[in-house]
Amino acid sequence: MSEPLIEIRGLRKVYRVGKVDVPALRAVDLDVPPGEFLAIVGPSGSGKSTLFHIIGGLTPSTGGSVRIGGQDISSLTDAGRTELRKKKVGFVFQKFNLLPNLTAADNIAIARHIAGRGQTPEPEFEEALRLLGIAQRLNHKPAALSGGEQQRVAIARAIVNHPAILLADEPTGNLDSENSAAVLDVMRDLNRRLGQTILMITHNPEAAAFAHRTVRMRDGRIVG
Amino acid sequence: MTAKLVLENLKHKPMRSLLSVFLIAVPVTLILCLVGLSRGMLDDSARRARGIGADIMVRPPNTSVLTLSGAPIPEKLIDVIQRKPHVALAIGMIVHPVTSVTFVSGIDLAQFNRMSGGFKYLKGGPFQGPDDLIVDEYYAQQHKLHAGEYVTDVLNHRWRVSGIAEGGKLAHLSVPMRTLQDLTGNTGMVSQIFVKADQPANVPEVLAELKTLLPAYSIYTMEEFTSLLTVQNVQGGALSTFIDVMIGIGVVIGFAVVLLSMYMAVLQRTREIGILKALGASRWFILKIVLAEAVVLGLGGTVLGIGLSFAARALILALYPASLTQAITPDWWPIAGAISLAGVLLGALYPGLSAAAQDPIEALAYE
Repeated sequence: MSEPLIEIRGLRKVYRVGKVDVPALRAVDLDVPPGEFLAIVGPSGSGKSTLFHIIGGLTPSTGGSVRIGGQDISSLTDAGRTELRKKKVGFVFQKFNLLPNLTAADNIAIARHIAGRGQTPEPEFEEALRLLGIAQRLNHKPAALSGGEQQRVAIARAIVNHPAILLADEPTGNLDSENSAAVLDVMRDLNRRLGQTILMITHNPEAAAFAHRTVRMRDGRIVG
Repeated sequence: MTAKLVLENLKHKPMRSLLSVFLIAVPVTLILCLVGLSRGMLDDSARRARGIGADIMVRPPNTSVLTLSGAPIPEKLIDVIQRKPHVALAIGMIVHPVTSVTFVSGIDLAQFNRMSGGFKYLKGGPFQGPDDLIVDEYYAQQHKLHAGEYVTDVLNHRWRVSGIAEGGKLAHLSVPMRTLQDLTGNTGMVSQIFVKADQPANVPEVLAELKTLLPAYSIYTMEEFTSLLTVQNVQGGALSTFIDVMIGIGVVIGFAVVLLSMYMAVLQRTREIGILKALGASRWFILKIVLAEAVVLGLGGTVLGIGLSFAARALILALYPASLTQAITPDWWPIAGAISLAGVLLGALYPGLSAAAQDPIEALAYE
């Protein structure tokens, strides 16, 4: 078995709400090998999103360790986590989260710009765009795109810098079944054809079925 | 790409952007108008003084370069000066205020013509009687006067407009000296004396002679006098201080406008800031975008402010051609721009820093 791309040991996260400590993650252990499409399921408040936010460098952990590609990210500073988001992870959100003032093409271009890459994506990105089926819609602003198109643009933006991990948080949560299926197909294609490692949070068992493996969380722990 | 994001952000809320630009333009216009009016009126005074054609002017003791009050110089002093070596001509003049910015000159027209070459009349001609009045083209335009018409609102006296002359000599209004002396209770007195030397080379000698003769008086060559007509010299530097205060107000207005505008923009774009942070944007990148937006607003405000200063000048020329003269001051454009940019950068700093410090998760959850 290959070396895990993501190696999580004893991960804890405690939020301070007023004077009360609220544990969100309680000693989570998880390994994700490169190229895996992993679904994480669980009820609201189970800690799925917190796990995502820590892996994605959006928030620091309280304890334990997270290694991505051998690098321990649990000790990173704010600037270090910014670098992680820039270079190693790509996010896809339930609400698409495209910049409304920019066209689809510019939404993708700004991710490259922030990562310090040139304006023109590498040739293999063209293959990704073909898989996503949005080449004809790139000059439109998000308001002129359907939900499915917006989510596919968001996926394109998330992978344009060739991140090690694509983190998708309920990517089909705001889509109808037809668009949900299209987005999940695209993610599966990206995983199969480009070897993209994907972690996807979902409530939907049909969506989880697209993944190689499903992890269940409850009360801040992995339960299966 | 950053520039595109900044411009698209500004275009996204055009009303907010335009209003900010306009509000930043207001202090820029105020500063440019104030400096332009100060300089324009001083330049106008210097031009009018030079238009008399004298080489030297003798003013009463303890008189500022800009103001004359009353007529404290005995008229007989003119003859004393006239008899000095190398003095070709000495003439007296009485000056009296009509309003706070308009004066009437009392002159001996024949003597004045000898010194200056005379008025160039656009309508009518010289005085025909003691109650005649010559107005310049600006005063005639502002007050809609015509040659031959009678006016009664100057010193409560009934004057006949004998002529309308080209501007640039004396005050906007000129009347016979004797009449003005009698009307103002200054019979036999003048406000200042103008002296012309027989040769330009003899001006220093005449000046020295007059300073010896009248040690308490303020005596200047015309070049010296006009060079003293600066903003720094007005009212002991009070105008300069006033302009500095207006500049300070300009910075504060620019600061307040941009602070409010950018603070609102940052609040409205909380989620977008979260998106940029999720993409790996650094604090500096976020701050840079907010500051760049402010700079664009500041530059727009400066350009609009400069444009509005032209509009203000045209308006003043149309409404008050005889009362106010506003110069266009291109050397102050970069200064006004720098003042405006200083204000907007200060104003954008707090919203920019608070945007840069936002927690990405909270920002992404913002509705």
